[in-house]
Formats: sequence, structure tokens, C-alpha cells
Amino acid sequence: MSMLEVKDLSIHFGGVKAVQNVTFNIDSGIVYSVIGPNGAGKTTLFNLITGVYKPTTGEIKLDGEAIHGKSPNQLAERGVARTFQNLQICMNMSAVENVMVGAHLRLDRNLVKAALRFPGLKKGDRELRDEAAQLMDFVGLSQYVETRADAMSYGALKRLEIARALAMKPRLIFLDEPAAGLNPKETIEVDHLVRKIADSGVTVVLVEHDMKMVMNLSDRILVLDYGKKLAEGTGEEIRKNPDVIAAYLGAHA
Amino acid sequence: MKKSVYFGLYLVVALLAVLPFVVPNSFYLDLVIRMAINAVIVLGLNLLIGFAGQISLGHAGFLGIGAYASAVLPTHFGWHPLLAMGAGAAATGILAALVARPIFKLKGHYLAMATLGLGIIINIALRNEAQWTGGPDGMPVPAMGLFGFELSSDKQWYWVVALLLSVSVWASLNLIDSPFGRALRALHGSEVASQVVGVDVVRYKVAIFVLSAVFASLMGSVTAHYVGFVSPNFADFFHSIELVTMVVIGGMASVYGSLVGAVLLTALPQALATFEGWETVVFGAILMGCMIFLPKGLVPTLAAKFGKGE
Amino acid sequence: MLAQFLQFLFSGITVGATYALAALGFTLIYNASNVINFAQGEFIMLGGMLAVYFTQAGLPLPVALMLAILIPAIVGVLVEKLAIEPVKGAETVTLIIITIGASLVIRGLIQVWLGKNTFSLAPFSGDEPIQILGATLLPQSLWVLGVTAVVVVALWYFFNRTLQGKAMLATSYNRLAAELVGINTSWVLFMSFAMSAALGALGGILVTPITLTSYDVGIMLGLKGFVAAVVGGLGNGLGAVLGGLLVGILEAMGAGYISSSYKDAIPFVLILFILFFMPRGLFGGKSTDRV
Repeated sequence: MSMLEVKDLSIHFGGVKAVQNVTFNIDSGIVYSVIGPNGAGKTTLFNLITGVYKPTTGEIKLDGEAIHGKSPNQLAERGVARTFQNLQICMNMSAVENVMVGAHLRLDRNLVKAALRFPGLKKGDRELRDEAAQLMDFVGLSQYVETRADAMSYGALKRLEIARALAMKPRLIFLDEPAAGLNPKETIEVDHLVRKIADSGVTVVLVEHDMKMVMNLSDRILVLDYGKKLAEGTGEEIRKNPDVIAAYLGAHA
Repeated sequence: MKKSVYFGLYLVVALLAVLPFVVPNSFYLDLVIRMAINAVIVLGLNLLIGFAGQISLGHAGFLGIGAYASAVLPTHFGWHPLLAMGAGAAATGILAALVARPIFKLKGHYLAMATLGLGIIINIALRNEAQWTGGPDGMPVPAMGLFGFELSSDKQWYWVVALLLSVSVWASLNLIDSPFGRALRALHGSEVASQVVGVDVVRYKVAIFVLSAVFASLMGSVTAHYVGFVSPNFADFFHSIELVTMVVIGGMASVYGSLVGAVLLTALPQALATFEGWETVVFGAILMGCMIFLPKGLVPTLAAKFGKGE
Repeated sequence: MLAQFLQFLFSGITVGATYALAALGFTLIYNASNVINFAQGEFIMLGGMLAVYFTQAGLPLPVALMLAILIPAIVGVLVEKLAIEPVKGAETVTLIIITIGASLVIRGLIQVWLGKNTFSLAPFSGDEPIQILGATLLPQSLWVLGVTAVVVVALWYFFNRTLQGKAMLATSYNRLAAELVGINTSWVLFMSFAMSAALGALGGILVTPITLTSYDVGIMLGLKGFVAAVVGGLGNGLGAVLGGLLVGILEAMGAGYISSSYKDAIPFVLILFILFFMPRGLFGGKSTDRV
């Protein structure tokens, strides 16, 4: 059985059909990429699966459980993590605190204990800070641990989002254009990072415009165009698919 | 957040310990007590406004509920003041929780409108139910007894209030640097980001709203007993605005800013009394000036200037 | 029965028209700058107080009224230039406090200048009540309703048929895009404050012969205007007008049939109900956040 099953998924904003009858499955443990021209509905698809938008019609199942219409925090409880194309970093906090927020659900969140500074809670927090610092090291941000988020570069914040998502210890992670706006060197670093995440056993769903990175990393690829599924298959299959060639090259040729 | 934030707490405690021996007369002691009471309210309100990023323009209403519970229940029903205080806090908590769920699905100006409306309704009710509340004239409040001995002198009141303030500062500092506090700050920073890591944002907003409302109610009771009198002005729109202004002028999301804001705005009306007739104009001009030139509030602006993070 | 109902209705729509003008003022400024101008009520007060002052000073009524609209408009522009423009992009709470500060300054100055007394203004065309089905309607009410109607039509024409109006609308939809096509958005801000202050003042002038005025009437009138703007869905002009009338009518009915001492609470109870069940007001659209 597939880890994630998406069936006939659609969402309409007024008259705009941003995603139309999209169906696909994602198996556990793979890197699955979603590609397509700008406005093809890739981010909308992410927003639908991670509960930010509610689908107009269609179903989404995670390990056989229907999850469409559930709120983002309910999906987080089920081990779904994501990053954002437009950075969603808490600029009012330090870098390491942003990562620590990622571990929200694993912590004792009791208000009274927190206010009275219970030793157990404090100890958990100290351990978490170390863990978060390690995660920052994992994504290559070890020098920024105590930095305020609003003092960090765009490229660093992109990776901070990934570290925060990893702090959830997710089973499934959605990365929305992790390399967008990065220079070639940073892009290669993110490429390696995604590989490391996949190797650690997390299922990765990737939206990315950098085709080299997509072809290099992906086990399977879904192509969207105008909100519809154009093709799906391995990198090799997609590269040879005439519809995809027409959509991507046709405009330029 | 490092250990050094607690340094400010030691400073506050030390200051509170010395103050009663250095204030020149009872006028200033009274002023200090009222500053400290306001500081506790503002600490709670800053958790809501500064840290969680949610507006309330009706907090004086909650203050009013606490104050009037302490006035009405002992006077008309013979309740023990502590029981009345608890009842006021509980009623405030329940009311805040009931209205908060629908309110916190709203954002920004809608939230401002809803909290403002709630505060005004409470104020009008206090004004109109004259058979219980004394109407616009207000009513006297019986003295507060604590375990057999009666709180009467300003000195006694001072120590009680100083203790409350110290504990509140300590608890606020703890709360901010905890999983709960981080979730609050995160939903202020990015609501959607905090949702996708599992923060149930409405629940957290409701929790902090109720907490700050209960704080206000309890301190309303304390004020009522201390002053010995309550009037609907405790709960009016202008007082809600004063409280919010204390938060913003001291500095949003700054514990010590709350203290500074409370101290300054409590002292301001006294200082303005010399402007005979022009108080309102000067007060308004100061509000505008502070917000235009120090939009981040005093403490964060100064902290940034001298390179010391809070 | 019917007569009583009509009586409440008449007083409701009369005062509702003032709320509508105030709500339009909130809407104009909100659309141009995303600011809720808590000083809006003071423009209503200014209109009424200045009209009283200038007529008592012996100026002919039309001149007095012109001045009583013009001066608040200038005050509105001053508020915008001195207090709102310098803090562009500040947090909502900061802006709220600034406008409240402005309202205190305006109210305080009038209190120092004209005192704390309550003033009245002679009705524009007599006070001989008109009998309709047993209810009485004051001629001044007709003035209020007539002028409000004219203003609403004129505003509609301005925003839909003139270039300047369309430029203001465009700015409210997307400020950056408006700037890119060459709209002077700082002029739009200027116009919004001038127009909403003038609208508020006009409402204040019209209703003063019926309700009297003093330096502190602005707070409640302003807050109720805010309620009306939110009832109609913040930012929606037609919604603001309907919201104003609805708030006025419900307030009058509630005062008449339920409890007159809770009259001032009625708009706020109404707004809580609306926000609980229709979080974007009666006429507000649905919006989706983009992430």
C-alpha cells in the first residue's frame, strides 16, 4: 500500500480551477518530485495535502486514513512536515528557537508547569536545544545557532525551514522549492541535504524548478500543467514523454 | 534566551525591597503600589499582545468584573473577600473562554472590534445595574482580610503587591522561554508555520487570552480592596486603551518593557495635573509622539541602541 | 402600535444615517491605508461643535456649515501628514494608539477652547413636526436623510465614474500595483483623510439639531461608526451605509422595546453576534491567505 494516496483532488477559487482531478500515489521511502511551469498548481497541491487549504472535491489518504479537510496541526500529529516557498520563519525569534518550535508536539506544553519552571520541563528544553543545534549543524547552519532569525540571509533561512521541519521527526516531508533563489553552490548543498534526508528514511516530496536537482534526486516525478496531471513516472519516462516535452519545450521551440 | 534575562528580575526584586524605605511620603508609596498593580496587569496583557500578537481593546472590562466581584459579593451576599476574588476570576475566565473561541478565528481589526465591544458591554452593564453596583457613582469595597489579619496600611499592601509583581515577572520570564511560550511567539511570527509544526493556534490564543483576562480580573479585585472603592471608570474603554498603551510604550514582547510602561503611564496623570485643563491634549500628544518616534517601545529601542538583547 | 414602530424607525434611520457617514469615513481610510482611524468620532464632534460656534458667532448658516466641514477636513489631513505617514507599515496596535492619541488631542483642544457644556443648533428649516400615520418626523430628519442620500450617490459616482475615484479604489485593492501604473498613492491617502473627516463632520452637523452636541460625543459616535463599518464588512462602501442604517434602527428599536438604558450596548451586542456567526461582516467577501 502507498503511504500517500491522492485521488481526484480538485480545488476551485471562485472560477479558477487551481488543481483539477489530480490522482497519484507516493510510496514510502522515496523522493517524489512535483514539477510544472509557474502557476501549474504545485504549491496549491502542497497546501491541499498539508491542510492549509480544504479541497473542493477529492480524497487524500495517509496510510489508508482519509486526511483531507484535517487542519495542518492534525497533519503534523500524523508526521507530515513541510517548508514554504515564501519563507515562513518566525522573525521574532532566534534561529535555534525556530527549530525548537518544530519539536512542539514532542514536548510537555503545560502552561502551569512552564510558568513555575518545573525542573523536568526545563531539562527537556535543554536537551531539545542541543538537539536543535545538531539539526542546524545537519543542514549546515552551525554558526547561526544563537543568531536572530531576522539577521540571517535568505539562503540560510531556507535551510532553517528544513531544520525546523526535521525537528518534528516527520515520516513525510514536503519541500517547496528549497533551492529557489539560491546560488549554484548553495543549490548543490541543498541537493546533498535532500539526499541525506531521504537516506535517513524520511519520504520526501519535492517541488523544484532546478531540473538537474529534480532528475538527480527523484525516484518518481509528477508533472502538473494548468492544475492538471500531465504525466507521472520515473525521471527517464518523464524525460521522454512527448506531452511533457511539448509543455516544457513547445513554448520555447 | 540566556540566563542573563533573570538578572533583571533580581534587580526588580532588589528595587522593590528598598523602595518603601526610600519613598519620601505616603503619596509616593500609594503611587508605587498603583504602578505595581498596573505592572502585573500589563505583564499579562503583554503576553497576549506583544508575545502572541493578538489585540485586546477590552481588558478593562475584565478588570471591572474582578473589581466588582470583590465589591458586590462581600457587600450584598457576605462572601469572604478571597472567595469573591476567586469567583470574579473564575467568572472572567469562563466569560473570556466562551467569547474567545469565536473571537480568535478573527484577525486584526475584527479582533480589535470584538474585544472592544465586549469591554463596552461590560462597562454599560456595570453602569446600569445600579441596585447591585451603585451605578455610575460606584460603591465602597469592604476591607481585605488575609488569614485572620486585615490588610489596612499602605505598607502592608505594598508588600503584598510587591510579592505579586515579583512572582509575575518570574513566571512571565519562565513562560516565554518554554514550549508553551515558544508556541505563542511562533504563532505571532508566522501563524501558518506554527500550524504546520503542530501548534493548535486557536487553542493557544484562547489560552493566553483567558490567562491575561484572569490576571486582569485578579488585579481588579486587588485594586478594589486597596482603593476601597470601585466605579465604572475601572472598566471603561479609555482604561482599556491605557493598558494597551502601557504595553506598547514600554515595548511589545518585552517583560521589562511592561514594567516601564506601567510605571510611566501610572505616573503620567500625576505629572499632567500641573497642566490644568490641558491634560487630555498633552496625554494624547505624548501617546502620538511615543508611537511615532519609538514605535517599538522604550525598552526594545534602548536595548537595541546599547546592543544588549533582552 | 404602528405609530410607535414608525416613531422608532424614524429616529433609527436618522441616527443611522450619521453612523453610515462615519462608517463611510472608516471605510475610506481603511481602504487607502489599512488603518482604523479611531479619531473618526472626533470629526463628527468637530462638525457639530464648529457649526454651533460659527453660527453663534453670527456667520450666515451656509458659511458656518462650510467652515464646519472644511476645518475638520484640514484637521484630518494634518493627522494623516503628521501622524500616519511617518509610521507607514507599523503594527496595527501602534496605529490604533496613534489615532487614539490624535482623538484625545482634538477632543482636549475643543474642551479647552469651547468648554464642557452641551450645545444645540437651530434646525435648518423649522421644528414643526410632520405627522405620518400617527408618528412624528422632524424636518431635520429629512435633512439628515436627504443629504446622506445625496452624499452616497455622489460618492458612488466619484468612485465608479471619475478617474480620481477609480485611482483611489485601485489603491485599496493593490497599493503596489497602483503605484506601478502611476497613481500617486500619497495623494490617495491625503484625499481619504480629507474626505472621511469631511463626511464625519457633515454627519455631526446634520444631527446636532436633533441630538445636541458637546466636546465628548465623538467617542461613542465614532465607535458605533466603527461597528457599522464592520457590520457591513470592513472596506465595503455600500456595506458601510447599510451597516450604519441597520445599527441605527436596531439601536432605536432596542431602546424603545427592550431597555433604553442599554441603548448604547445594543450596537456592540450586535457586532459580537455578527462576528461570531459571520466573521467577515454581513457583506464582506471570503478571502484566502496565500502562503
